[in-house]
Amino acid sequence: MTTVAFAVLAVIAVVAAYRVFRVDSMARASFALAVSFVAVGGVLLLLDLDYLGVVVVVMMVMEMSIMAVFMIMYMMNPAGLMPMSMWHDKGRAMSIAVGTFVVLAAGAVLVDWPQRQGPPAPDVTRQLGLGIMGAKMLVMLGVSAVILVTIVAALVLGAARGRYDRLGDDLKGRPADPVPGGVGR
Amino acid sequence: MPDVLLVPVALLALAVLATASATGDRALLVHASGRPPRLAAISVLPEVARLLVQRRRTTTAPDALLWRVGGGGLLVVAALMIAVVPIGGRAVLDNPVGIVWFNAMDVLLWALVWLLGWGASSAAALVAGYRYLAQALAYELPLMFALIPPAVVARSLDVEAVVASQSGRWNVVEMPVAFGVFLLCVVAFSFAGPLSAPAGSDVAGGVLAEVSGVDRLVVLAGRHALLAAGAAFAVPVFLGGDAGPLLPGWLWQLAKTLAVLAVLVVVRRRLPLLRPERFAEVGWVLLVPLTLAQVLVTTVLALAAS
Repeated sequence: MTTVAFAVLAVIAVVAAYRVFRVDSMARASFALAVSFVAVGGVLLLLDLDYLGVVVVVMMVMEMSIMAVFMIMYMMNPAGLMPMSMWHDKGRAMSIAVGTFVVLAAGAVLVDWPQRQGPPAPDVTRQLGLGIMGAKMLVMLGVSAVILVTIVAALVLGAARGRYDRLGDDLKGRPADPVPGGVGR
Repeated sequence: MPDVLLVPVALLALAVLATASATGDRALLVHASGRPPRLAAISVLPEVARLLVQRRRTTTAPDALLWRVGGGGLLVVAALMIAVVPIGGRAVLDNPVGIVWFNAMDVLLWALVWLLGWGASSAAALVAGYRYLAQALAYELPLMFALIPPAVVARSLDVEAVVASQSGRWNVVEMPVAFGVFLLCVVAFSFAGPLSAPAGSDVAGGVLAEVSGVDRLVVLAGRHALLAAGAAFAVPVFLGGDAGPLLPGWLWQLAKTLAVLAVLVVVRRRLPLLRPERFAEVGWVLLVPLTLAQVLVTTVLALAAS
């Protein structure tokens, strides 16, 4: 049963990922990629990594929805509504993609994986987290704060109108917003 | 493994609740128009029959696949949401992270409603698809934060554990803000009432502009099913699930779900429209800090109690 489910999800993941480059619309490409990632999330669920599997679905579908907006916004044809090729630099791209797939698949199939010793841990997600992060957890927590500060700083630098533009240098003026916000600031 | 025997029960419950939502909505409409509230006037059957026999319109170059996926997906997401709601103590999907699962299903709506707008190949529908994403960016974080306090109290993301943690006192008593924000977010993700700008009349019906016939029936049913699924999920998470004196558990659960649904249906009909660009500020300046404060208060109380 699990083997059948894994096979189905694996085929969906690979076929959908392949379709990303064969379809002729930005929307289909984005959501073919989303389908591929959702199938990978399903594989994680099969491994009893429930939290990780569901979070992969959350992150990837959210990301692809937003990415579809930006991709279509920056397309050269109007709104990306016209059929278009998803290929650029065909030969090299194809050889890199197929080459990577073959190397990874060969690794997964040919490596002599060790046999399980003893039963799996009760909370596999926790064990995986400890296995990957372990002693580096504190460093990663520190890095996450740095990433957050970077995002906020980038937004502050990128925003066309900050609060000093809206309210004046002493922050006491009345804003002349083109569209007033919902809480009456 | 999914509990196969519970699947028809859950689907029947979803169908009954969605029909109740649609009927209640019609009843409010009839009431507002001053006509006598006769059964024939508030029944949804004539409208269902009309849409079933109506010939489907189409546009010049629709992306039919994505369009149908977007429309039909709403019902599928509603069914997958109700799959983690315990019915008689057991849920269809015995999911140890049911709370996150509900969030994941709601995020699928981002893609589906956008596709519904995109697939029609119509300017009004596409604008409405973008509106839904703008609205989603405003309600998603408050929705996620509103579901954290129940999980903190239960020390688990399992919906059944959340129900079990409320044996003494329903979560709504301790976390009214989270409950209120959750209900508002249910209205938002089913793009209804005050948050129905993605289907607004100012963009010719938005994502509903081009759908007709059975497609329209599926989308409208999907919206009611999403509202119903949100109400059904609020009961185990905030209202003690099937707990209650005297009456059997399933009856309590049904009564609570219908009560929450009634509130949502009234909100859907009675509150004025809040445009996405204004709701964005409400979401980020008001709802995010409110729900974060709720998380803080609940966590401190939970730590103090242990």
